[in-house]
Amino acid sequence: MAAVRTRRDRSQTRIDDYLLSEAQLEEMYYHMLLARRLNERMLALNRQGRAPFVIAGAGQEAAQVGAAMALKKGIDYVAPYYRDLGVNLVFGMDAREAMLNLLAKRDDPNAFGRQMPSHWGNRERHVVTQSSVVATQLLHAVGIALAAKMRNDPIVVLASCGEGSTSRGDFHEALNFAGIHKLPVIFYIENNGYAITERTDKEMAIEHVADRARAYGIHGAVVDGMDAIRVYQTVAPAVAETRGGGGPYLIEAKCYRLWAHSSDDDDSRYRTKQELEEWARKDPIKLFRERVESDRIFPPEDLDEIEQRVDDEVKEAAQWAASQPDPAPEDALGFVYKEL
Amino acid sequence: MAEMTVIEAIRSTLAEELTSDDRTFILGEDVEAGGVFRATEGLAARFPGRVIDSPLAESSIIGISIGAAHYGMRPIAEIQFADFIHAGFDQLCSEASRWSYRTKGDSWLPMVVRTPWGGGVHGGQHHSQSIEAYYCHMPGIKVVAPSFPADYRSLLRAAIEDPNPVLFLEHKRTYRLIKQDVDDAPAETRLGRSRITRRGNDLTIYAYGLMLHESLAAADTLAGEGIDCTVVDLLTLNPLDKETVLEAAKMTGKVLIVHEDTLTGGFGGELAALIAEHAFEYLDAPIRRVAGPDIPAMPFHHAMEGFFMPNRDKIAAAARDLAAY
Repeated sequence: MAAVRTRRDRSQTRIDDYLLSEAQLEEMYYHMLLARRLNERMLALNRQGRAPFVIAGAGQEAAQVGAAMALKKGIDYVAPYYRDLGVNLVFGMDAREAMLNLLAKRDDPNAFGRQMPSHWGNRERHVVTQSSVVATQLLHAVGIALAAKMRNDPIVVLASCGEGSTSRGDFHEALNFAGIHKLPVIFYIENNGYAITERTDKEMAIEHVADRARAYGIHGAVVDGMDAIRVYQTVAPAVAETRGGGGPYLIEAKCYRLWAHSSDDDDSRYRTKQELEEWARKDPIKLFRERVESDRIFPPEDLDEIEQRVDDEVKEAAQWAASQPDPAPEDALGFVYKEL
Repeated sequence: MAEMTVIEAIRSTLAEELTSDDRTFILGEDVEAGGVFRATEGLAARFPGRVIDSPLAESSIIGISIGAAHYGMRPIAEIQFADFIHAGFDQLCSEASRWSYRTKGDSWLPMVVRTPWGGGVHGGQHHSQSIEAYYCHMPGIKVVAPSFPADYRSLLRAAIEDPNPVLFLEHKRTYRLIKQDVDDAPAETRLGRSRITRRGNDLTIYAYGLMLHESLAAADTLAGEGIDCTVVDLLTLNPLDKETVLEAAKMTGKVLIVHEDTLTGGFGGELAALIAEHAFEYLDAPIRRVAGPDIPAMPFHHAMEGFFMPNRDKIAAAARDLAAY
């Protein structure tokens, strides 16, 4: 049996075709896979009656992880939306925390059982707290970027949402203001083809959300959101440019929601099996593995080892989280107002 | 002696806060030119880059303030007329009011939304509105509605320094109408406190904003008729100073609540319920309310505007009835 190389051994040198190092590629694969396996375990727990609600990002892992890796962790900010498990994992969330959040446990640092699952937030990690209302976070991102610009802090804010959210007024108000003030924001649209049951042609009369960038005087770009490497290669230069004062970007990652809207939704009502099968062939995790294997970046055993590590982590996290304390009923009270 | 109008009190306080705390900045429509009521006049030149014109989009004014506050700034947002704040309702209700609660205090928002409210300026349906009831129904938002210049100064400062979102309501009819020597006048420095402004044994009137002044005028008239009123200036509507409200009700046993807002679902209902729940045994008469009629909004024509608005005469008439009960 070939010796498994540890992460420490991975080269930090950029590989030309990738603009990413071996170490970064491993991280990319690990986070995408962890997001998927966590989501799978979450849905299983839901079907077993152990988790009341799941809203997942299956099919969007490349779009999420590729973009988040283009940011500086601990410096840049993200204002994610409820499918962005992958973004959160890159920004420091681990499997245990993801499971605490799913089960609304007392010690979930995102919402302490006070919000539905997947409503993330962590001030220290620069993950902005979010509600279920879509597109509101784009304005929060603009406010952070405005404040950072006023203080000459060289940060970038990435605000993400689905294409359905771009119908809301807050989307337009955010792009307009950011354009006027040339703020360091990336508006990142994960176009997964559906707003619950509505296809994009019910949401907009144009093909690309990114076309709207022109109307606000900002940069626009479209990227294949099923390809994590391509996503990184598109977002990273945009991040550098907006950090340098080049103004905001509207980047649209074309991806696909492989699962129903949520654990309460039945997508057979509004889309065909054939459509699903076609997109499943473009599964971003499968595509990634095929590419790095065929390019011989990692031996297959290494990728298998990562898969095993992820499976172990998810299993352990689910068991551990289930044993963690629930909030007490009266934990509903408190922190209505911040006291300093 | 520094005699100031309400608008001068606000403008001078904004200037002082911009001077003393470099985290503060102003965001709103027309604020660089001084704003339509001149609250920010001269500030853009004195504080370059910190008085920022916003596009005509209220949700963005509030949403961007949320982001900036989260980052550690102390934004002071201006909504040009309270009537237009509804476009930002979602940002206040779904986001700002829950920021601390949903993160259990991990995140918080030191931000102020200033806005002119109230009628009496021929503002018609969309420049006269009272909006306090919507936001007093939003735990997580503090709602402040002062009446006198000295309180405008001290409470605006307290609002800016508070770590929570504060809706700071400025009665536009009083901007230039009410003057006060702000050095000698009492000034409440804490949010969440009400003040017994006048003491009398016969009945207690609760009010805020322009109606506080109308209530004090009515109390003067009534004193000449031998009816002595206690008048409570509520100052902060949410969180409410329940202790002072109840103390004032118990003092006289007769309660008259005054507000411009329409009657049903108005803030007076909450006051009445509080007093009925906790001071019932002290009451000698049914609780009375003087409020705007239940029509959608204040009409434009001066005759109908006058019909809509409570005033010193309507307050005095209700008080006489109550005193005779």
